Amino acid sequence: MSSTSKSPWILHYDASSCNGCDIEVLACLTPLYDAERFGVINTGDPKQADIFLITGSVNDQNKNVVRQLYDQMPEPKVVVAVGICACNGGIFRDCYNILGGADTVIPVDVYVPGCAARPESIIDGIVKGVAVLEEKRALMKKEGRK
Amino acid sequence: MDDWILLLCAIIFVALAPFAGCLLSGVDRKISARMQGRRGPPLSQPWHDVRKLLAKDNNAPNRFQDFYVACYLIWIIVTGAMFFAGMDLLLVVFTLILAEVFLVLAAYCSGSPFAQVGAQREIYVAMAYEPMVLLMAIGFYLFMGADDGGSFRVIDIAESSDMAIIPMLGIFIGFVIILTMKLRKSPFDLSMSHHAHQDIVRGVATEFSGRTYAMMEVSHWYENIMLLGMVALFFQNGEWTGFILGMVVAILVYLLEIWLDNGFARMKWQTALKTGWVAALILGLGNIAVLLVIA
Amino acid sequence: MDDILFLMVFPFIVACILLVVKNDRARAIVSEVGAAVIIVASVWVAYNYLGKPQMFEISSETIDLLMFAVEAILGLTIIYLGIKYKKYAASVLGVIQLLMSIAFEFHFKEGIEVENGLYIDDLSIIMVLIIGIIGSLICVYAVGYMRDFQAHAEGKDRRPWFFFLLFVFLSAMFGIVLSDNLVWMFFFWEITTLCSFALIGFTKTEEAINNSFRQLILNLIGGISFLAALILLADQEGILSLAELLATPDVEAAQWVLVAVMLMALAGIVKSAQMPFHTWLLGAMVAPTPTSALLHSSTMVKAGVFMLLKLSPLLCGNVGGYMVMTVGGLTFLLASMAAISQSNAKRVLAYSTIANLGLIVACAGVGTPEAVWAGVLLTVFHAITKSMLFLCVGTAEHHIGSRNIEDMDGLFERMPKLALIMMLGIAAMFLAPLGMLISKWAALTAFVDPSNPVSILLIACIAFGSAVTGFYWTKWLGKLAFAARNRDNVEKTVRPQEWSVLGILAAMVVLVCFGYPLLSDWMVVPWIETVFGYEPAISVLENDNMYLLLIMIAALALMFLPFFGRGSTREVPTYMSGVNIDDDSYEGSMGATVNVSLRNWYLEGWFGEDRIRKVGEAVTAVIIVAAIVVACGGWY
Repeated sequence: MSSTSKSPWILHYDASSCNGCDIEVLACLTPLYDAERFGVINTGDPKQADIFLITGSVNDQNKNVVRQLYDQMPEPKVVVAVGICACNGGIFRDCYNILGGADTVIPVDVYVPGCAARPESIIDGIVKGVAVLEEKRALMKKEGRK
Repeated sequence: MDDWILLLCAIIFVALAPFAGCLLSGVDRKISARMQGRRGPPLSQPWHDVRKLLAKDNNAPNRFQDFYVACYLIWIIVTGAMFFAGMDLLLVVFTLILAEVFLVLAAYCSGSPFAQVGAQREIYVAMAYEPMVLLMAIGFYLFMGADDGGSFRVIDIAESSDMAIIPMLGIFIGFVIILTMKLRKSPFDLSMSHHAHQDIVRGVATEFSGRTYAMMEVSHWYENIMLLGMVALFFQNGEWTGFILGMVVAILVYLLEIWLDNGFARMKWQTALKTGWVAALILGLGNIAVLLVIA
Repeated sequence: MDDILFLMVFPFIVACILLVVKNDRARAIVSEVGAAVIIVASVWVAYNYLGKPQMFEISSETIDLLMFAVEAILGLTIIYLGIKYKKYAASVLGVIQLLMSIAFEFHFKEGIEVENGLYIDDLSIIMVLIIGIIGSLICVYAVGYMRDFQAHAEGKDRRPWFFFLLFVFLSAMFGIVLSDNLVWMFFFWEITTLCSFALIGFTKTEEAINNSFRQLILNLIGGISFLAALILLADQEGILSLAELLATPDVEAAQWVLVAVMLMALAGIVKSAQMPFHTWLLGAMVAPTPTSALLHSSTMVKAGVFMLLKLSPLLCGNVGGYMVMTVGGLTFLLASMAAISQSNAKRVLAYSTIANLGLIVACAGVGTPEAVWAGVLLTVFHAITKSMLFLCVGTAEHHIGSRNIEDMDGLFERMPKLALIMMLGIAAMFLAPLGMLISKWAALTAFVDPSNPVSILLIACIAFGSAVTGFYWTKWLGKLAFAARNRDNVEKTVRPQEWSVLGILAAMVVLVCFGYPLLSDWMVVPWIETVFGYEPAISVLENDNMYLLLIMIAALALMFLPFFGRGSTREVPTYMSGVNIDDDSYEGSMGATVNVSLRNWYLEGWFGEDRIRKVGEAVTAVIIVAAIVVACGGWY
């Protein structure tokens, strides 16, 4: 494992979640789960993030925000959709303003289902995301981009 | 002491300080986590963070930001090397300010609102702690005897047979107080805190990513070691007892800072200037007045 | 001696020619050639007399009478103008001064002969170079600048008068630094006051007239104090030669000499815009001609510190010295604080000028060789750097239409060359290892002196003052550094005269940073040795510090030249917690466009101008009055 997978910094964005998943995401950082054990830091700055943790379904208002946040993250980067809404729109999917899951605007690498997603599964999702991150890093190196 | 030994000290600083600083930062995070009832990341975490950052793509808002941050890193290293080579303490202080200005320029040049607010807070905090830092240098000068030529040279201070801590107790306490600002620890982490969960995102460092951010981290490692070196300077008596005592106190001071960091919420920006200036005025100037009278 | 006389008379001749020349091209040629000749002449004088201080035997009843006549006419003019513009304070002071000078001329001066009217020493040479080179460059810059100025101005073209004043000013400045006869020095002193009065009021707007009268009133106080000193000296000691005055063996024993020295120091304090008299320099900034503002700030105020530095051996360790050093130290601290609250670039520069002069004044007051060394070097560095900054602001003002620092956002892209020169100037004002800091360092070392009872105050002033200085310069520097991408370049229309002068000054800034050890060896140290009798121990030049500083400067230059703006980074938009539209705006909620504007901190509540001014004026006025009363009463 290289350093890339030992220091996954997260950007957490709430697209239009009911806040259930957001609370669980923050729960991951509490002493009970202590995600920082794995080097996870919840940064609020896309420029320093490796993993884009998105909760809630994407709507017309914020699709550009989601896209820009994704664009502002430097390569290699991974998107983890947390909660069923972020995966496919969940119970909101038929609303007039909802586009659907996060993958309607940006490429998603890991889906973490649940309503709300449990902290264990969120951490599990991050760990899966880290594996993808490692792959992308290796690819970048191979292509000589870094 | 021979010149070559001093040169060696500088080289040792340049070569080893990042490792020591990295370890210190790891200890910091571990102890902080324990204070919060968590296990915390491994000690090597800061090392992995920086290596990861170096492996990231280079993104920046303009062509100049990288340059300024590189200057910051280089001048911090120069400052530290001069300090450990026993050069003039005032020059060390002035060069540290030069380095600081490069960091501020890096934040300003991006034009990002968060970075600019952070930059202004950074120079504001610098205004709060600078008088005390200058007074510390002047205090050492007086301690060395301003009458017979005096000396600002770190090596002379370190080799003098008296410990500076006794006549300079007030200055020492004042310096520890402003060290909280210098280390950007709560309650005075106005310009940027460890995590980007604050009113101004990541403050000064908002636009830094990848390599740029890594350079800043490494600069902080160097800077922290040098600042602890300054703490230890108060205890030097030219013998190994002073050396050991200085190291021990430096570590204790750092532990105190970690405790403060975890125990306090951030205070209002007004408090920073008041704290820094009152410390300088009472502890710093008061102590200098005493030193002047003794001399 | 002819070359010295030439230096004093030639600018006056050029001034007279410019008064009658109406044609743009002809004026440009005359002032450029004139400036070139003055520069060459001052360098020649420096070369000729460096290390060879001399007195020149010259005295003449006719000259004295002529000077008195001019003084009387000018005095009457002041009284008339005061009445005309309803500034009666000026008239009253004018009457007092006129009466005093009549009494002095026909009663006190009788029988006192000054054989050596002129002299030159290394300090004079330094001043000659500052006045000759920087003053002349300003005149050249003024040619292009005033053309732009006239294009915007309405009414009659009064430029001949403007250029007349500029060159008369140079003559008078040379007179001040080269006269040994104190009466002559006083004459030139008054001429500079009046020139600046006319320059500040040049546009004849209400604000300009008010400010010009404020300048006049304050400087008349200084002038009267100078004249009182002359009367005292003539009456009590029969001395009217600067050299004889400086040769006084024990000042504290000769009470009236001490009082006279203090009165002269007071004149110097007024001229160098120290608190409580600092407001005249701020007023000079409001006058809409940067060239004159700059002439004041980089050149005219130097007459004041020149006087104080000259007197410094007599000030060392007595009540006069304590007065001067406390006023200087407090001015440094308070003016630096006031600079924080200013967004007008010229006012920031003005406050910074007052502050730096305060430091020089404090050095002169301390009066030890080390302090004086620092004072002289500060004078040199400050003159060059500050004039460059003033010219930068003037040029920026003409091209971006504002002298507000907040409007200099992105100057880095709009006027790249100018922004870099300005950044160099700002850095040179406060950063290691560049000019001002070297001398500030020396000053700090000189202030730490257990035998000096005011030492603790000076240490406080310099420690807090330096911190504050760093704040206001860095926030300005940051504004300039902002590299916005979507800005048009507007510096293509800057006139070549302006570029060449800015270029020369920038080169000089860099040159003195590298060359200050030579400057010190050739001019400053020899002068201090002749005045104090021994060599100063300068820590900046010791302990390998000098080489270290030089290496640092070189390193800084080497870093900038090859790497500035190079890098393999991908440029991305900044983070604004929303969707960026461009660098200056983003899409807010409901699709609204939100403009981003970035503003600096001014901390008005703490460092507001009025607050600082009240404190400063009260404290320094009390100190000055108390010190003079103590000296007059002989209670020291």
